[in-house]
Amino acid sequence: MKAEKQPSSSAARAALDRLGDAAEYVIIPASALVGSLVLFGIFVALFNNNPLDLYFYMYQGAFGTWFSWQNTLTRSAPLILTALCTALPAQLGMVIIGGEGALLVGALAATAAALAMPSAPPFVVQIAMALAGFASGGLWIALAGGLRHYRGVNETISSLLLVYIALAILNQLVEGPMRDPTSLNKPSTREIGAANMIGTIPGTDIHWGFAFGIVAAALAYVLIYHTVFGFAARIAGGNVRAAKVVGLSVGPLILVTCFLAGGAAGLAGMVEVAAVQGRTNANLAVGYGFTGILVSFLARHNPLALIPVAILVGGIGASGGLLQRRLGLPDASVFVLQGIIFVTVLMSETLYGRFRLLARKAA
Amino acid sequence: MADATLGLWGVPIAVLGGAVRVSTPFLFVSLGECITERSGRINLGLEGTLVMGAMCAYGTSYLTGSPWLGVLAAGGVGSILGALHASICGLPRVNDIAVGIALMLFGTGLAFYLGKPLIEPSAPILPSIDFGWWSDVPQVRAVLKINVLFLVGVALAPLLVWALNTTRWGLILRTAGESADAARAMGYSVNAIRLRATMIGGFLSGVGGSFLSLVYPGNWNEGLSSGQGITAVALVIFARWNPMLCFWASLLFGGAAALGPALQSVGVSQGYYLFNAAPYMLTLLIMIITCSPKRTLVGAPAELSIIK
Repeated sequence: MKAEKQPSSSAARAALDRLGDAAEYVIIPASALVGSLVLFGIFVALFNNNPLDLYFYMYQGAFGTWFSWQNTLTRSAPLILTALCTALPAQLGMVIIGGEGALLVGALAATAAALAMPSAPPFVVQIAMALAGFASGGLWIALAGGLRHYRGVNETISSLLLVYIALAILNQLVEGPMRDPTSLNKPSTREIGAANMIGTIPGTDIHWGFAFGIVAAALAYVLIYHTVFGFAARIAGGNVRAAKVVGLSVGPLILVTCFLAGGAAGLAGMVEVAAVQGRTNANLAVGYGFTGILVSFLARHNPLALIPVAILVGGIGASGGLLQRRLGLPDASVFVLQGIIFVTVLMSETLYGRFRLLARKAA
Repeated sequence: MADATLGLWGVPIAVLGGAVRVSTPFLFVSLGECITERSGRINLGLEGTLVMGAMCAYGTSYLTGSPWLGVLAAGGVGSILGALHASICGLPRVNDIAVGIALMLFGTGLAFYLGKPLIEPSAPILPSIDFGWWSDVPQVRAVLKINVLFLVGVALAPLLVWALNTTRWGLILRTAGESADAARAMGYSVNAIRLRATMIGGFLSGVGGSFLSLVYPGNWNEGLSSGQGITAVALVIFARWNPMLCFWASLLFGGAAALGPALQSVGVSQGYYLFNAAPYMLTLLIMIITCSPKRTLVGAPAELSIIK
């Protein structure tokens, strides 16, 4: 579009424009974020709370101390992984919102793998758990992708329906065949055993799942922007017909991308079992999969941008406890803020490219 | 007692009763979504609208003592959320599917936040009409105890078919859904038409939500809706954007949802949770059977983003 306007623009001008674009990608979401914090401040002020207290405790709970930093980073681990479940298919122009389902299926499969090999060395068990979680979550989302490509079923709706089906399967197995007879109040599977837990990064309370998330996001970035596969996926995402004309087979592209996406969310389930819960029960369905959708949209589906955004959103989650204790806000206030941020960020989409002058000054 | 005399006949009767009871939220949300989609826009946020509607209806009924005011409040909140969706989607380059997901999360979050104090108290609920006075069998009587809201929904479906097909209002709405350019050429504002259609859709979804909290199950808690809203959106596709078919599809889904409890009532508790997921599996199965990658669906509004 720019080229049309300025056919004779020099290289320097083009570089400046690119910088301006980059600045736009930071300034617009950042102002949307600030705007939503202001809106949320007004919201809690309506319930007779001081917004300045709110911001202070939010900062304290999320990033104020080393303890809250650790809490934040621990929470961001599953968010990076479930956000990949939305971000990867988004390269193909697909809107997948079923990360929660892949997480649950991955958790179940990882638990089953650990329980199936009671006498194997922990390292082998952990690898088996990761593989089981990845593969099952991957197949779960590949199902939605396959239905889209081969049957024309809308992937947004089917992936969300699969969340409820996954939850039903989890409840059925946890109440039935996989139930630990000693878990009376809260039906659960048997524990995978302390030796098989993946533990924490030395010197911190942050579990290794955070490292998994960083590595997965970096790999996804390389895959999308620095491989032929990713290039092909982005072409198909831009224009399916053009992709077919140049001979790309869109079906395998969709299936593989969805498999990797679901695999990441399945890995999040494995991490939650092997690093936090130690077993599978309904506690796993706390909405990491749904928050991951927000993270992905906020990061504009860029795998590297997912990491800081997930930490930010994880921080909001981490501050929820403090808001409850100090200000007496209900635990759902975190969801309200996340909802406001999501809506505001989507509204800000309309601003891109409107402030050429502003962008240039900022550059 | 009566179970023994009815035997396995209890299952179809309970499914039928469940179909009438459970289908009402499906019916209202799908009729609302039908209107919205016929205008060329999809609102995936109706799950959030449903939960907000349920919360508001319960709160209003508790505070004022009138469940009917609760229904009205639920509709009002639903149309506000609909207006929010429509005005955001009216901005250039905003994706209506993404906005729907955002409002789904926002609506449920807000309902949980505001609904915290409503979990304990019990509010007056909507009355039902007893059509089963002639029968001695308690199960039959339970089935024929039909809520007024269901009857309203039953009347609404043919009314909407008539309104969409024969009135001037329906024609303008469908024009916006089939070709935004044509509507513009006739001098209508497509955004204004879709704003109204989404607000009506939100109103009906809110009313559907009020059924959850004021009739069945008839209380307010955070697990009240588990995907009924999104199932209803999928149901509209299955019903080919036809309000009458939405009605039959809602009954079918209500019956599927009632299958688990019905089987449990005759002592079959195996696979209880899987039967609870029956509506979702049925939706998925129907979408697999009826969709096709090669042609667009018959009856689909041409401007709909999930069709393009």
